[in-house]
Amino acid sequence: MAFVTANWNPLGEAFYRKIELYEMGWNLKDALTEYLVAAAPYGGPIALLKEHHRRSPGARPQLEIYSSSGVPLASFPWKSGVVKQLGWTVSDDLLCVQEDGTVLAYDLFGRFKRHFSMCNEGSQNQVLETKIFHSPYGTGLAILTGALRFTLATNIDDIKLRRLPEVPGLQEVPSCWTVLTQDRQIKVLVSSGPRLFLLDNTACTPVTPPGLSPQATSIVHMCVSFSYKYLALLTDSGHLWMGTSNLKEKLSEVDTKIKTAPRQMAWCCRPKSQQPSAVVMWDRLLLVVGECKETIQYHLDSDSILVPEMDVVRIISATHHELLQEVPGPCEEIFKIASMAPGALLLEAHKEYEKESQKADEYLREIKEQSLLTEAVKQCVEAAGHEHEPETQKTLLRAASFGKCFLSNFPPEQFVTMCRDLRVLNAVRGYTIGIPLTHTQFKHITVQVLIDRLVYRKLYPLAIEVCRYLKTPEYQGVQQKEESDEDIAKAVNTKLADAAGIFYSEIATKAYESGRIELAIKLLEFEPRSGEQVPLLLKMKNSPLALSKAIESGDTDLVYTVVMYLKNELNRGQFFMMLRNQPMALSLYRQFCKHQEQETLKDLFNQDDDHEELGNFYVRASYKEQARDQVIALYLQRLEARMSLLQNAVDEYYKAKNEFSAKSTEDEMRLLRLQRKLEEEKDEPLVGFSLHETMITLLSVGLHKQAEQLYKDFKVPDKRFWWLKLKALAEKEDWEELERFSKSKKSPIGYLPFVEVCIKHHNKLEAKKYVSKVMPEQKVKAHLAVGDLEGAAEASIERRNESEISTVLSRCSAPSDQALIDRLNRARASAVKK
Amino acid sequence: MFISIYSPAPVVWHLQMAQTERRDAPGLPDFFQLKRLARDQLIFLLEELPGKKDLFIDADLMSPLDRIANVTILKQHEVDKLYKVELKPIVSGSDQLCFLIRPRIKTVKWISDLVNSDKTAGRFRRYKIIFTPQKFYAYVTTDEWNFYILPLDDDILSLELPEFFRDTFLEGDQRWMTTGGGALHLLQSVYGSFSKVYGIGRCAKMVYESWRELTEEGEQRTRQPEFAKVFLIDRDVDYVTPLCSQVVYEGLVDDIFRIKCGSVEFGPDVTSSDKSIKVMLTSQDQVFSEIRNEHFSNVFGFLSQKAKNLQTAYDKRRGMDIQQMKAFVADELKGLKQEHRLLSLHIGASESIMKKKTKQDFQELLKTEHSLLEGFETRESIAYIEEHINRQVSMIDSLRLLCLLSITENGLLSKDYRSLKAQYLQSYGMDHLLTFANLRQLGLLEEQQTGETLTVMESKVGKLVNDKTVGKLTDAFSSLAKKSNFRALSKRLALVPKYGEEYDLRVPRDMAYIFSGAYVPLSCKLIEQVLERDGWTGLEEVTRMLNGQEFAVTGL
Repeated sequence: MAFVTANWNPLGEAFYRKIELYEMGWNLKDALTEYLVAAAPYGGPIALLKEHHRRSPGARPQLEIYSSSGVPLASFPWKSGVVKQLGWTVSDDLLCVQEDGTVLAYDLFGRFKRHFSMCNEGSQNQVLETKIFHSPYGTGLAILTGALRFTLATNIDDIKLRRLPEVPGLQEVPSCWTVLTQDRQIKVLVSSGPRLFLLDNTACTPVTPPGLSPQATSIVHMCVSFSYKYLALLTDSGHLWMGTSNLKEKLSEVDTKIKTAPRQMAWCCRPKSQQPSAVVMWDRLLLVVGECKETIQYHLDSDSILVPEMDVVRIISATHHELLQEVPGPCEEIFKIASMAPGALLLEAHKEYEKESQKADEYLREIKEQSLLTEAVKQCVEAAGHEHEPETQKTLLRAASFGKCFLSNFPPEQFVTMCRDLRVLNAVRGYTIGIPLTHTQFKHITVQVLIDRLVYRKLYPLAIEVCRYLKTPEYQGVQQKEESDEDIAKAVNTKLADAAGIFYSEIATKAYESGRIELAIKLLEFEPRSGEQVPLLLKMKNSPLALSKAIESGDTDLVYTVVMYLKNELNRGQFFMMLRNQPMALSLYRQFCKHQEQETLKDLFNQDDDHEELGNFYVRASYKEQARDQVIALYLQRLEARMSLLQNAVDEYYKAKNEFSAKSTEDEMRLLRLQRKLEEEKDEPLVGFSLHETMITLLSVGLHKQAEQLYKDFKVPDKRFWWLKLKALAEKEDWEELERFSKSKKSPIGYLPFVEVCIKHHNKLEAKKYVSKVMPEQKVKAHLAVGDLEGAAEASIERRNESEISTVLSRCSAPSDQALIDRLNRARASAVKK
Repeated sequence: MFISIYSPAPVVWHLQMAQTERRDAPGLPDFFQLKRLARDQLIFLLEELPGKKDLFIDADLMSPLDRIANVTILKQHEVDKLYKVELKPIVSGSDQLCFLIRPRIKTVKWISDLVNSDKTAGRFRRYKIIFTPQKFYAYVTTDEWNFYILPLDDDILSLELPEFFRDTFLEGDQRWMTTGGGALHLLQSVYGSFSKVYGIGRCAKMVYESWRELTEEGEQRTRQPEFAKVFLIDRDVDYVTPLCSQVVYEGLVDDIFRIKCGSVEFGPDVTSSDKSIKVMLTSQDQVFSEIRNEHFSNVFGFLSQKAKNLQTAYDKRRGMDIQQMKAFVADELKGLKQEHRLLSLHIGASESIMKKKTKQDFQELLKTEHSLLEGFETRESIAYIEEHINRQVSMIDSLRLLCLLSITENGLLSKDYRSLKAQYLQSYGMDHLLTFANLRQLGLLEEQQTGETLTVMESKVGKLVNDKTVGKLTDAFSSLAKKSNFRALSKRLALVPKYGEEYDLRVPRDMAYIFSGAYVPLSCKLIEQVLERDGWTGLEEVTRMLNGQEFAVTGL
């Protein structure tokens, strides 16, 4: 604790301190000066390119990207042209400006993103010098071409090249130049010999910094502050002029007594600081120059570069990474030797308290008496934010917390926020992460940006932890924006491929909740269980995919789930259209409708102009009306309904060009009408019978004429009519009528059926009447049917048919028919011989 | 030993095992385990609704359930009354209702109506729905009784899914594919993995896929497999076989008495008493197991021989001393009596079959079938079918003949199709217009595409492409017309023995004996060929004619 001030150096009223951030993790073979170096602000990455100035065509210098702590992030051989300048954009992309004006953009991991050119087409000019700058408009680029003209792009994401006016009398490369923003305009300040020119879009104005010491003949170096507020000019006489960048006000002018050109210059001023100062670096010397005449000198062990930040300057050497800053106010107040500031007293009080000394009370009393306790706590909290050592942070926070105990209405937010912020900052400052943000920078870029950066560096677990810790909703935070959904899905799959029992649906749900619908769908591709896949797809409103997935799975229930969902979700037209493209879903929905929604089924067929199915539909519907009703009125009503349904069917069948079905249906209607008529006249239930059954019924009740009529009307084949009349009459045992019928004309079915039907009804006598009429080839059968063995034998012998003879023989029994058997055997023998 | 999945009848999906003739074939696995698994799960589900409850069972689940858990077991688990689901309002007085049903829309609708009406009536009841073999919608939490397989006999397993054929082939519903996969997965997890899987047909492929998915999900088990090979065949690969009249004993018993769930009810004319008797037809029945696969013409001879043997066995009693008599009564008499009882039943059944099937009609039916299979005298066959329809001999048989005609002839000529259809409608009513529409959709009964339509289309497309592809196109068109290719298949696989050859049914020389030597069942022939070749190589022409989709996979 006692050594907090050990590294403090006074400069006028203020103190400066240099803190070591990291020992660099890289292992550079050469001095840093051998490299082209670019370090991104806000603790961003560092890019190195060696041998940039060598032009040997075979040379493949390595482009390396490190974190601020020197941990390698990427490395790849440089294959393109000669690089003039490296730089980082505000979103941590690396820009490589080539000699020919081409700018190549890479991401943090060295993947090529895009390229563009800073030179107008046809211009053969080389790029002599380049400056990459950050402004409220984004990252800009200014180049000085071989023709000694400046070209400016305000925002590289929206490139509009502006060629600035010529600088009068500029004959050679200017000794130095820089980019300023003034009045919302980007301007270039050029020093040409002893003169200074300010270039804007239209004009080139000569300017003179007020009070620039007259000894100077030219300006050798210049730099603007991070906020473009201040400008520093170093003259060849070694004088450092400091003033506002609008060149209206001079802050001070200090003689550095060094006349050589410095390697680098940077402003080191924290916001709200009354005392901005500039840092000038020569080979091994670092000079902090402020308003006062004194300077602070630091000796550098090795070649270094300066990285200006909004509140500090970072110094990166081959081995170390340091931070130079003006000691922030609260820290100064508390730690300044012999400080009596309330914060200092509170810290002291807490120290004593820990030692269990009563002095603690004395100190506290002293603060309280001045009623500065609130002030004291605030100081401690703020100072903790500016300290880099966690131990110091803790000491200060403990002191603050101790002081808080004696305050009744102290709002806790500040304290709590600071604790959280520090927790996060310490985490990202860690060597492995390597983002050395100060608290001021952190507050400036906001948590969201920090998280974006972590994500950009693929530090997802940390990003998620930070989000959780700061209670930032994750969807705001962690998102992988850069990579295509396909790649992420693949990456996830590769990582999880070997692990069994991974539920991709859960991962996909997360992705969906984060608004990454495409990614969620891609992830679902890996989900083997369609049961998990489909509902999520529905939730994501990707119903076509859900439907095809469900169908693919072959799980009917899933298909139903989707279909029912769609039915409610879409309007009817869309719904039907979607089904139309998925025959299986359509057939399932039809099944469902068959049970539940007859009308919808009709609409479905209608939409497809499926008249055939519509016809079938009406036929089916008509049979639903078949049930008989006791009440005659209802019965007739149903019959009417049935008729009209059938008429619909007829129409549809005609539309479907199915003449056959249409005709059959028409016949059916005709039959129904006739049946109804006969029912009324004869009081015999007939409706609903088939034609065949109707005729049989009519015949069996003796309505021969009517049956005859049907036979003619419906063009019933003769054979059928004979068969059925035969059967009906036999059943009635109306043998007289049967005989009359047999004689009505020549039977189309022969007379054997007559014989058989009589036998079936045990009327041998009747049967015999028909035997003689039977065709010769069936005679044997007929005789056998009536049990006339002799006749059968006679017939078979007459026909000399061996198999028939055998049949008869098999029916003869030995002793009684011996004579017959002998005769038949003889006949058979002769038949065989023949 | 191998398992084949195919449906012997168009409406039942069976999982059948058959033993190869190899003597060294290992014994059959014990299928009792499957029953026990199913029973335990059912009991568990029932116990989840404690207290007395009424159980409603889907009609087609009655018989299978009886084989798994009989009424006594159900009563033990507090099932009070058993009802058949009839889709009518119920009269149960119980406060707890349990439904054991198939996943069908109309049944679920009925239950929801029932619950709603209870609600309006202010009646409080607890309900439990158990679906089998799988759940309906993923949304509602219901129970699932994974009753996939019913072992009908020592060597026959059945899924007992009467709707399988209609849902899959007519309605385009693939619901049962996963059931098939689940059943195979179950078998595999109980009896070890199969060494080889063969299959043909779209559904077979889907069943296999679903099975593979299940296997990949679950843990791997390495066990000495009790099954060697699985064969999956789609029903529509072989329609001809189930369309032919059965002439072996078991087939005839099924034709006349309807075998349901492995048991049959013999009416009074068989039992020669006034009662009906329900008989389990399994290989436990010694008489049955010996005659079940015999051609019917051999059955009588066999039965009479058996009767004589029985008589001899009984006759042994004569001349026995007391000791011998005692041993006889203790050891043999019971067996003999049992055999006696069965013998008399089967003789009764055979008589009954004889009465119905030896009539002129049946002989002519068989003759027609055979000529259709052989492709001879088609006109006579058509005339016979016409008469068959006109005389209203049998609604189903007429359709069966029509289908057989259509498949063997690659569809009916337009003229025949229309006239036969008109005849059929006149006989059995116009509503069969729908029957014909369905049969056409299934490809069972079709009108021949007028040659012109196809040729016109072919020549149109043919002009656009070179000659090489024309051949392929023609193939594509023929498959478009859904040609059954039966004639070509039968030639290639020698399914129909040469006409006029004598076939000794007593000493059958091949599978054709089950159709009196007229036809070797296509599906069986396929299995034989694939097993002989250990794959489909060399059968490319055949599979092309069967519309492909064949596969053979080693190890799963």
